[in-house]
Amino acid sequence: MIFYPGSEAEAAENISAARAAKRPLAIEGGGTRAGLGRAAQVEATLSTKALTGITLYEPAELVIAAKAGTPLAEIEATLAARGQMLPFEPMDHRALLGTIGEPTIGGISACNISGPRRIQAGACRDHLIGVRLINGRGEIVKSGGRVMKNVTGLDLVKLNCGAYGTLGLITEVTYKVLPKPEIAGTLGLFGLDDRRSIEAMSRALGSPFEVSGAAHLPAGIGGGKSRTLLRIENFAHSVDYRLRELQKLLAPFGDGLRLIEEEADALWRDIRDCRFFAEPRQRAAWRISTAPTRAAALVARLTSELDLSHFYDWGGGLIWLSAPEADDAGARIIRTVLATIGGHATLVRGSPDLRSRIDVFEPLAAPLMKTTAGIKASFDPGAILNPGRMYAGV
Amino acid sequence: MSAIAFPDLDPSILSRRDEIIAGLAALLPRECLVTTDDERRAFETDALTAYRKLPLAVALPRTTEEASAVMRYCFDHGVKVVARGAGTSLAGGAIPQEDAVVLCVAKMTRILSVDYANRTMRVEAGVTNLGITDAVMADGFFYAPDPSSQLACTIAGNIGMNSGGAHCLKYGVTTNNVLGVKMVLVDGTIVEIGGDHLDSGGLDLLGLIIGSEGQLGIVTEATVRILRSAEGARPVLFGFPTSEQAGACVADIIGHGIIPVAMEFMDKLAIEICEAFAHAGYPLDAGALLIIEVEGSDEEMETQLGKIVEIAKKHGVMTVKESKSAMETAAIWKGRKSAFGATGRIADYICMDGTVPTGQLSRVLAGTDEIVKSYGLRVANVFHAGDGNMHPLILYNVNDPEEQRKAERAGEEILKLCVKVGGCLTGEHGVGIEKRELMPCQFTPEDLAQQMRVRAVFDKAWLLNPAKVFPLEGRIAA
Repeated sequence: MIFYPGSEAEAAENISAARAAKRPLAIEGGGTRAGLGRAAQVEATLSTKALTGITLYEPAELVIAAKAGTPLAEIEATLAARGQMLPFEPMDHRALLGTIGEPTIGGISACNISGPRRIQAGACRDHLIGVRLINGRGEIVKSGGRVMKNVTGLDLVKLNCGAYGTLGLITEVTYKVLPKPEIAGTLGLFGLDDRRSIEAMSRALGSPFEVSGAAHLPAGIGGGKSRTLLRIENFAHSVDYRLRELQKLLAPFGDGLRLIEEEADALWRDIRDCRFFAEPRQRAAWRISTAPTRAAALVARLTSELDLSHFYDWGGGLIWLSAPEADDAGARIIRTVLATIGGHATLVRGSPDLRSRIDVFEPLAAPLMKTTAGIKASFDPGAILNPGRMYAGV
Repeated sequence: MSAIAFPDLDPSILSRRDEIIAGLAALLPRECLVTTDDERRAFETDALTAYRKLPLAVALPRTTEEASAVMRYCFDHGVKVVARGAGTSLAGGAIPQEDAVVLCVAKMTRILSVDYANRTMRVEAGVTNLGITDAVMADGFFYAPDPSSQLACTIAGNIGMNSGGAHCLKYGVTTNNVLGVKMVLVDGTIVEIGGDHLDSGGLDLLGLIIGSEGQLGIVTEATVRILRSAEGARPVLFGFPTSEQAGACVADIIGHGIIPVAMEFMDKLAIEICEAFAHAGYPLDAGALLIIEVEGSDEEMETQLGKIVEIAKKHGVMTVKESKSAMETAAIWKGRKSAFGATGRIADYICMDGTVPTGQLSRVLAGTDEIVKSYGLRVANVFHAGDGNMHPLILYNVNDPEEQRKAERAGEEILKLCVKVGGCLTGEHGVGIEKRELMPCQFTPEDLAQQMRVRAVFDKAWLLNPAKVFPLEGRIAA
């Protein structure tokens, strides 16, 4: 059964009824990220499809608000018409997960979805400044608001951003937006190995030139030779100047080349969406967050034990891995190594069977797991919202 | 009789004071425990000086383990704990009570590591905000949030209040610049949340903890992001005949796709007060002043300034004065950052901290003026215009209880106006005791109950900074 509430009040009724009937609900937006997380144990679905529309847009205040089911495309088009954008460049999971449908702003918020620009501009959670949601008690709760500086009360906005709908059904979100840069320019360095490429990216990110994307595609990922890509977005005169300066700064890493804009844009889209691992579909995809300088050693260690492909975003701080599904898709080895190195791993693509057998999200230390379970119960005492989607029992 | 109420004291704690002090003394070296009247007095208030309460004792742990031992002892014995950094809270966030132990991180001041390649630093929680930047400035890096109290305030306090500063329009506030913390939970358990990598592995507990005003635990270490400084930075003074024109100029600059690193606003009284103190060359004939800072190479700054000046001209700018030297730049910022201190030279004040949608700035400024005048008081406005975070300083005489009450009432009305136009009660100072009873203006009972249930997950018995944030009536323990 699928519910399509057309208003916040109706959604609250749906949830209250589900709680009374002890009938767990799956929370769904556009369904494009349905394969993210563990398989929730549910009996019905609550969809935001009928909760749509931009409710506030003040370009001069850099703020936009929309109901959760509003397609991302509509928001991006509305912003673009006024020369603005969502700063965090949300990933589109459709290619990787093989899903169809329209990504919604609510889904992006619930999953804290960011992209390459996260390294400079911040994540989805850094720009989400207000939410309205229905908790598992069927109550309408708001946190944050429409102003970008706000420390009034506990920050339940961030808590819900990346909670995968386990704490509440997000009904409306408010984002801080930014002017769209006039142009983007990308410098490519070629033939570097992982370690050298991360050194180059660290140097670039430690420069004053505000690098807004830093990715490394090892040989064979989307092309022949390895490519290290550094993006600068700004007014045209600044991009020209800064790319020249960056090229000088990175001279020890070889002759850089400014990529053709269309070609670079396509590459950044592929990196954002992890398209390189879309095929073959039966392989699992992992996303590892760690400190850049430890990334190359981590990957070397893992590739000595597993049949992996990989590439780096966020200056090396984000590692995408493609691994065979067999057994635990490398979960045990990945997490054992990470435990000594620092960071966390999320299984982004895996069969439902795999996702029910292993921890999709990084297992938490006992006191934090207890806290997490307590927070879940404080929002959703009947455990009816996406139960088990993040952790067993949460 | 002061206007802001405090919870009733727990007589069972007060009567056991000697026993509790003895218990704490067994856990800490003598120099880390403050118990005498004279010494405790240094911890009786913060920057909300109209309110003072002596703590039961003050613990100054040197390590996370010592902090943990103190927390465990207090938990086992039902003693309240008030977290304290440098005590610069303008909202009374660090004001204790006679039945509470202050846990102050002032002795935890080591910088543990600097990692330029990953652009992070690990520091103990008592390191000052400016201390972080000072440690890396020579190498061209900085820590972005820069509250005016940055010389004194600690990163612990910044985390507690999610502090901002003048440059957060571009660089964000504390929560956008901290990657991980080590925290002692109410029962003494030590946890690591986040790390030196981006984003969290589970729920965003870090995002919850930052800005939680010492109610969820005691942060003893933090990993912060450091950024490479721009090639150059230049503040420019723009004098306008009226506040309305200055406000419209701010909106227009953003509308043109330009995000200057800072846009600070001062009204006429604030200009006079700050200029008398800092001699920064602020235009005394202007009705309102914007300090707009741009960053980049010389050529980039020229280009951006050119655009901004063109926009400002459309809004009737009277004077444009660029900083011509590092000394002038320092003077310009000194004037702005010492606005509170300089105001303190001429009168006592309370500082409100509501944020409003920037489109409402003119309306709220006019409303503020009206409200304060109706109480027969004066107000100076100095604030972050780019993000709408207002700071009306209501001048009064602290020795006149009647005037203090008037100032507090005016402050309340201003904050209600901020909420009414779509803003919030506090942008960066926190709720503390000061705005606690106003929370129902901004939040519904359901909103507050949900926050309190989350709070109770961390602190069921409300032992941690219990007099703060939530109205005293109607608290929820689970």
